[in-house]
Amino acid sequence: MSSTTNYILGVYDDEDEVLHAVSEVKSKGIKIEDVFTPFPIHGLDRAVGHERTRLPIAAFMFGVLGLTCALSLISYTMVFDWPMIIGGKDFFALPNWIPVSFEGTVLFTAFGLVITFCISNNLYPGNQPDLLDLRITDDKFVMAINVDKNKKVSADDIKKALKDSGAIEVNVK
Amino acid sequence: MAGHSHFSPANVEEHFEFTSEGKKRVIYAFIAGIVALVLGIYLLSKGEAGGHEVANAGHEAVKAGHEAASEHLSGGAVSHQPAAEEHYDWTNRIWANVWLNAVFFTGIAIIGMFFVSLQYLTKSGWSSVMKRVPEAFPKFLYITLPILLLVFFFKGDAIFHWMHHGVTEVGNENYDKIIAGKSGYLNKTFFLVRLVGFFALWIGLWLVLRKKSLEEDLIGGTDLFTQLVRISTAFIVIFGASSSMFAWDWVMSIDTHWFSTMFGWYMFSSWHVTGLAVITLTILLLKDKGYMAYVNENHLHDLGKLMFAFSIFWTYVWFEQFLLIYYANMPEEIIYFLERWEGHNKIYKTSEILMVFLNFFFPFLVLMTRDAKRTRIFLKIAAFFIIVGHYIDFYQMIMPGVLGGHAGYGLVEFGMVTVFASAFIYIISDELTKASLIAKNHPFLPEAVHHDI
Repeated sequence: MSSTTNYILGVYDDEDEVLHAVSEVKSKGIKIEDVFTPFPIHGLDRAVGHERTRLPIAAFMFGVLGLTCALSLISYTMVFDWPMIIGGKDFFALPNWIPVSFEGTVLFTAFGLVITFCISNNLYPGNQPDLLDLRITDDKFVMAINVDKNKKVSADDIKKALKDSGAIEVNVK
Repeated sequence: MAGHSHFSPANVEEHFEFTSEGKKRVIYAFIAGIVALVLGIYLLSKGEAGGHEVANAGHEAVKAGHEAASEHLSGGAVSHQPAAEEHYDWTNRIWANVWLNAVFFTGIAIIGMFFVSLQYLTKSGWSSVMKRVPEAFPKFLYITLPILLLVFFFKGDAIFHWMHHGVTEVGNENYDKIIAGKSGYLNKTFFLVRLVGFFALWIGLWLVLRKKSLEEDLIGGTDLFTQLVRISTAFIVIFGASSSMFAWDWVMSIDTHWFSTMFGWYMFSSWHVTGLAVITLTILLLKDKGYMAYVNENHLHDLGKLMFAFSIFWTYVWFEQFLLIYYANMPEEIIYFLERWEGHNKIYKTSEILMVFLNFFFPFLVLMTRDAKRTRIFLKIAAFFIIVGHYIDFYQMIMPGVLGGHAGYGLVEFGMVTVFASAFIYIISDELTKASLIAKNHPFLPEAVHHDI
């Protein structure tokens, strides 16, 4: 999150409260950027209206890639480059390759997913976390509202809506 | 939790009504099955009588081939002679079908009990909202037990190589060293003791579980729940041993010379995924009729995941068994797959390919996404084809050993499976009417109602 965006932050100290505050604030026509919590809250992603993650699609792609790589490597080495007879089977002995291809699929999927997840969340070595409020790593719940994306509602109305929904404090960042 | 609608058990009792309309339809299906079966048997008797000479000539060739093979490979270790080749009788195909369906439907019935027990053993909450459906399945064991016994007593020698006359008798022309060596386990008395004994344990434990479960509806509390956990634990232990033994007894011993140490898991995995598919399909059909409103897409998602996962588990076990045998390439083991792949004029090859497609690729691709597992029509299609695929799986396990080259898909197969399936639907529907579809005093029911994934 770049420092040029303007955020209004509602700080809550109860998970149930923040869950209800989300629908309350949304009902006033305010778009919520995100809600930060120290632990996962059941149903919060749906309440905020986040789109479902597309990680499963990435997983499938990585799986197909892994399968292709594994089969290509084995067939190149065992059939085309240096054909070898193992156990009296054909050069192209597909059943023998299934376990390795399976491992290749799983390996590519697992590593690919972790890397994709880290990239999409800006998690890389040396990155300074850009926390809107340090207390979200402890015991507070923070609802962030992007002022620029809420042209129709004035900043004062947003602050009031947050206060009304049970925020213990409202900060601007 | 604030905000959630409060759950009150008083309003959830729900009784399935097996309408006379529904009964009529099932009975019509049953009659249609019988008609198809009778017609099939008639055609079979005609057809086999006509082509006898050709078939006989084929037998001689097969026999000669077998003899050459056993001479070539030491001690007759590979003289794998399917029961069918020696004295084939066209009625064997009927008995093979009865046995196939009895084994297949016994599996579905007992997996109902296994599913409920597993849920109790793991103290799972989500499934309590639907547990009455699998709980009704073991009722069908009452039907399959007499059928299995009947076939065993009257036509056992048509199905099991080890029951042939004189195979264990030294000096007899049918004497078979390998089978004689196995006769400590594979003999009629011990087989019968296992069959009846384990059935008695299964049915007995089911009756206790069912009784306690229905008592819970009236009394409630957690005492009964603890008792049910204990009964389930006992059942799982017994089922762990008995499912393996039944796999050896009922299916693996058909090919008496052949053995596989993975066969118990293999058959169990096939039974399990079929059972899960039948449970899912039953719940979906009940939902279509307006029952089980508390079962929502979250529960269906879980059932879909189970079907997906256990289809992969089946593939893993099936492939692992195949791979080890294929890799080692030992004559006495590989014959099993050769018979199914290129033996008997390749009549089993199509089924083998179709089975792997229906049991692995189809559910794997159809049930992969989250949306598919939450959409009823996808689940229905997947469940239906899983059931068909595993019927073919059992067909592949049983038919080559019993019928050899005389097997096929015809009116007999179609009629027999229709008869068994309609009987199963009738018995289970009838059993479902006997209790509320929702176990209203199950301690985890509120959790199940709020299940959300």
